[in-house]
Amino acid sequence: MNLQNLFNELEQVDGDFIGRMEHVSRRGLFSALTKKTVAVAAPTILASALNNAYGQGMMLPDNVVDVLNFALTLEYLEYRFYDIGNNLTMIPSQYKPAFELIRQHEELHVKLLKKVLGSKAIAEPKFDFTAKGMFPDVFSNFQTFAAVSQAFEDTGVRAYKGQAPNLMNAKPILETALQIHSTEATHAARIRFLRGQKGWIPLASPSGLPPAVGAMVYKGEDNVTQKNINLAGILNGLVPLEGITEAYDEPLTKEEVLEIVKPFLA
Amino acid sequence: MHNSTQTAPETASVQRRSFLRTVGAAAVTGGILTACSTADLQVSPSGARAAAPGDIITLPGGDLGILNYAFVLEQLEARFYEMVLANPYSGITAMEMQIFQDLRNHEVTHRAFYRTALGGAGIPDLTFDFSSINFRQRTDVLEASRMFAEVGTAAYTGGGKYLTDPENLKVAGKIVSLEARHVAIIREMEYMNQTAFSGDNIVMDGLFIKMEPSEVLPKAQKYILEKIDGRNLPTAVA
Repeated sequence: MNLQNLFNELEQVDGDFIGRMEHVSRRGLFSALTKKTVAVAAPTILASALNNAYGQGMMLPDNVVDVLNFALTLEYLEYRFYDIGNNLTMIPSQYKPAFELIRQHEELHVKLLKKVLGSKAIAEPKFDFTAKGMFPDVFSNFQTFAAVSQAFEDTGVRAYKGQAPNLMNAKPILETALQIHSTEATHAARIRFLRGQKGWIPLASPSGLPPAVGAMVYKGEDNVTQKNINLAGILNGLVPLEGITEAYDEPLTKEEVLEIVKPFLA
Repeated sequence: MHNSTQTAPETASVQRRSFLRTVGAAAVTGGILTACSTADLQVSPSGARAAAPGDIITLPGGDLGILNYAFVLEQLEARFYEMVLANPYSGITAMEMQIFQDLRNHEVTHRAFYRTALGGAGIPDLTFDFSSINFRQRTDVLEASRMFAEVGTAAYTGGGKYLTDPENLKVAGKIVSLEARHVAIIREMEYMNQTAFSGDNIVMDGLFIKMEPSEVLPKAQKYILEKIDGRNLPTAVA
């Protein structure tokens, strides 16, 4: 591997690359290329590798383009939601760091997906965060804002999970999707917790969301059968049913996700 | 990296550095488990015998290897939380007790799933040594919980690409987000109302860290009295 070329390339793809490596001086960059710096740079290197491997969307298989644009739609939704919220004063100060971090992550996800998709990336749609009037005070009432946030995050986790098998013919992209998926799960747990919910999903409980929304967002979360094994039978008396269902997040199909998201599209 | 979001106290950054250093060291010493066993996975026909300290357990290759690798981690976590509940630290709150009860329920469920799903192809019940953890100390318990959850999440996140059967990927995907939820909540218990729940030592550029089996196994091995040999595990995607 020619590191000089690699880093030159990274700077071209990502002009801020050296800035991201701020703890490593530019002069010391190559001599100090320890495992640690590789670990820190890995996501950026990955984005570059994906671009090289797939030619900025030109060579991506159609099924992968579909999955990534579907993911990009959800990331646009989340990013725009937090970006608007970030400018408002309704978020209590103790929760601001959490929402600001999540906003940054969603922005990074949007950028990464757009970079990988290149010219095949869809444009950002227009959103209606009141969901056609279902949440009229979404940007003036923190409780409503947090509830919508929870719905987005738990839906995001379940949406990526549902698409993972469709990325098995593009392993580097599958791995990146799994990394985003794990990140979304940390967001979901934090938002649930600050709303007084468990960080995980018990049964198919609406978890404090309006029943109609909760029924869609948590549909199927009461499943106790994994790979044809009925865990409720095996763990009867050892783990309560609620705990068994919490132990697995269930996937949502693309259609199920779009049904949840549809009211938020203007 | 995104310093504007890094509001965790100094101890967090010390932990971040030491975590990364350990990851690095683990990567360098990956393949340390070269003890002399050429046997395939050592299990009894029932797959349920307890292993004995010093046994060498050689994981197979392919999907079966990755699932057994996950089973090692689930056994470790389940046993750890059983210990936490049996020895609650002083001053534990009702809410914290409930969280640890939930964590125990999840990991016991995962362990039972792998035991049944793998059947005779599953590794034996492992023997653990948690004597390096002071279960009476809240900080020790949270620190260990955090480490196990982070390594578990990173292991599934990095291991998923090696699975070739979509059904296996599906079930691993259902578990990995749970492990990530654990990370967020444990970190929230440690550093309330900050950014630690998804902090930039576990999520870099918006991506949760991933780890290879060769990085993960030495970290788990510290607590396991049998030797886990991962040499046959996949190292390149199909």
